[in-house]
Amino acid sequence: MAGPAPSPVEVDEPVDDTRTAPDAPWIVLVWNDPINLMSYVAFVLQKLFGYPKEKADRLMLQVHTEGRAVVANGPRETCELHVFRLHEHGLWATMQHDT
Amino acid sequence: MAGLFRRRVSRTRRGTYAVRLPAPERELLAGLVDQLRELLEVSTDDPSVRRLFPVAYNDDPERDQEYQQLVRDELLERRLAALATVEATAAAEELDEAELTAWLTALNDLRLVLGTRLDVSEEQDDIEEDDPNAPAMAVYGYLSVLLGDVVDALADDLPPPTDPAR
Repeated sequence: MAGPAPSPVEVDEPVDDTRTAPDAPWIVLVWNDPINLMSYVAFVLQKLFGYPKEKADRLMLQVHTEGRAVVANGPRETCELHVFRLHEHGLWATMQHDT
Repeated sequence: MAGLFRRRVSRTRRGTYAVRLPAPERELLAGLVDQLRELLEVSTDDPSVRRLFPVAYNDDPERDQEYQQLVRDELLERRLAALATVEATAAAEELDEAELTAWLTALNDLRLVLGTRLDVSEEQDDIEEDDPNAPAMAVYGYLSVLLGDVVDALADDLPPPTDPAR
């Protein structure tokens, strides 16, 4: 990231840029799949995130037409909990750094 | 869709849910739930049930492994608990919200497992009667209709939104 630093010791760790920015916000994505019912996906988004029906429907349609949608964001722990609850409900959810 | 038919599941004035299913459908459901429970008890890594335990970190296998270790047992426990509730209430004509939510979970899990096995697509073509998958497709279609009715019943009674519309 910053300029060249003296680095006399080779540290045997994988290079992973994402780990250098622990405070960067994370996003939770829901991906389209051919099995989950549209009404079910919208219902789960309302139930888990307290979204109004209009917003849940809009996100569900975005998943359906664009293949994925960002349904939540925040710190890593929060997003991991969201992903867990989405997985509990059978949705195909992943999380990643917001880039 | 199917407007001529009464919904199979509807909310009662007492705040419970009435379930109108003929006995053979209840037996079918209990049988499927039993089969899924057996599959889950064998292994959560079996391809037939992998869809129930998705990847959380697409681009970071190491973190995903940590996530899986953290949540796999909990996810499995919740799925088995839902299946147990459905097995215990398969003959019930009235369910409370927690029980119907267990039905929701179990029905969706069954669809995910069956749909994955059948490799369903979004534009499902009509299948021939002599297709070896025809019976399983019929069951899949039935589960879809029943799940839709459960979703409609529960969606009618969601608490007010907490997140403002944007």
